[in-house]
Amino acid sequence: MRLYVRYLSLLFRSQMQYPSSFWLLCFGQFFIPFTVFAGFYFLFERFGEVRGWTFYEAALCFGVVHLAFSIAECFARGFDAFSSLVAAGDFDRLLVRPRSVALQVLGSKFEFTRFGRLLQGFAVLGIAIGNLQVEWNAVKAATLAFMVIGGALVFAGIFILAATMCFWTVQALEVANIFTDGGREMAQYPLHLYERWVLVFFTFVIPFGAVSYWPLLSVLGKTDGNGLLYMVMPLASVLFLLPCLAAWSFGVRHYRSTGS
Amino acid sequence: MSAYLAIGKIRFLAGMQYRAAAAAGVLTQLFFGLIFLMVYVAFYDQGGAGQPISLREVAAYIWLQQIFLSFIMLWLRDPEIFSLITSGNIAYELCRPCRLYAFWFAKLLATRISGAVLRCFPILLAVFFLPAPYALPLPASPAAFALFAAALLIGLCLVVSISMLIYISVFWTMSPVGSSLMVSVAGEFLAGMIVPVPLMPGWMQTVAYLLPFRWTTDFPFRVYAGNIPIGEAAWGIGVQLAWFAALVLFGQWLLNRALRRVVVQGG
Repeated sequence: MRLYVRYLSLLFRSQMQYPSSFWLLCFGQFFIPFTVFAGFYFLFERFGEVRGWTFYEAALCFGVVHLAFSIAECFARGFDAFSSLVAAGDFDRLLVRPRSVALQVLGSKFEFTRFGRLLQGFAVLGIAIGNLQVEWNAVKAATLAFMVIGGALVFAGIFILAATMCFWTVQALEVANIFTDGGREMAQYPLHLYERWVLVFFTFVIPFGAVSYWPLLSVLGKTDGNGLLYMVMPLASVLFLLPCLAAWSFGVRHYRSTGS
Repeated sequence: MSAYLAIGKIRFLAGMQYRAAAAAGVLTQLFFGLIFLMVYVAFYDQGGAGQPISLREVAAYIWLQQIFLSFIMLWLRDPEIFSLITSGNIAYELCRPCRLYAFWFAKLLATRISGAVLRCFPILLAVFFLPAPYALPLPASPAAFALFAAALLIGLCLVVSISMLIYISVFWTMSPVGSSLMVSVAGEFLAGMIVPVPLMPGWMQTVAYLLPFRWTTDFPFRVYAGNIPIGEAAWGIGVQLAWFAALVLFGQWLLNRALRRVVVQGG
């Protein structure tokens, strides 16, 4: 853990060497999802509501998913950029050090500029909560917190899985974007909007539904099910993360260096 | 002229080597297109009537965006040019017996075309055979299609001339990430990449119509879908050409100014 903190402070200092670019990037990171949110708002302004979801209800979904994504991107960025480590042969250096490999990959990159995006997620969440008539209680608040954490774990799992593929393909595959960026774009709207197969796939195979859509139904009082049951649902993300980590360590064992 | 054609050809062939990456891109773009369309289908279920653009037209708009993605993405960057400027190797470029603006322009144009050529046919084939609300409709009329093809090509040149300005700005900022990010985010929004321009609120549309970005993509796609009638489309192509001339002139002037005071970094 102390090692990780050391890594972070090193990376922070190196990124602050270009302060103007740093702040511009921070601002840009705030701005990108902002345009997406603007588009989201324009559609609701024009059409009113969508399949029984009002703007603020859907905005809650949007906020949770974007917050989860930016947390995962902040911390698991090392896995996201992993292909460059493998392609350059730098991964060998990590293997000979007497520390956990996963920890070193995590510490190899940390995008502080993503805080801009984080801030935006909080802002949207705040707007949604402030404008919704929901009777908040401990269970609902816990559900919301679990949703954000669970969502971050699901995204992290996908980043790790994509990095694992690099052991065999060397180059990063754009297909992984379907589940990272694509997953984010998709899960920002309630899954109820999509065709049924999308809902099934993203509940049981990659549990985006379990961390955003289903618990949200309970928070917004759209279902009479037991609140506690919905509260623990985001824990399904752990069930998703574990096989991802297993695949990763399998990949590490079968790694063959590309370096010279 | 032949030197510029040659560099374009080299770039094109280099781009054609990445076939596996293109196959992966095809899948990604099909997925994105489907997800976006499902959202619009859900929205149009409610208040579809009386919207300025019909669901059928939106389907054409979304699919054309995905098919010609490499024509229109502003954030598609050539890291080579950036490193030329920041590392000082720009000195070699300046020794070449050709004009820098045209040289880079040909390079960037070819990269974009090769990206689209590899990807567009598989996606086209797939999306024509999708079930009803999701399929790409045929062009509104043969005339609309001809105008669409012309508008798309001029739009492509417009995108390249806008991105040239981003490259030139690096002579001043020295770090490409910040400035190019801001321009591309705003530009893509105003080009209708996130929400089609006709679905934006009125004041936003006014802003979009005043700037060159919507002429790159929004305009050709709406001509294809028949959302913009033929007569208006012919006028539009004139406006496109005017923008293109203005942007190229401005870019060349800016580049000349930058080169006059360029400091070659590194030794």
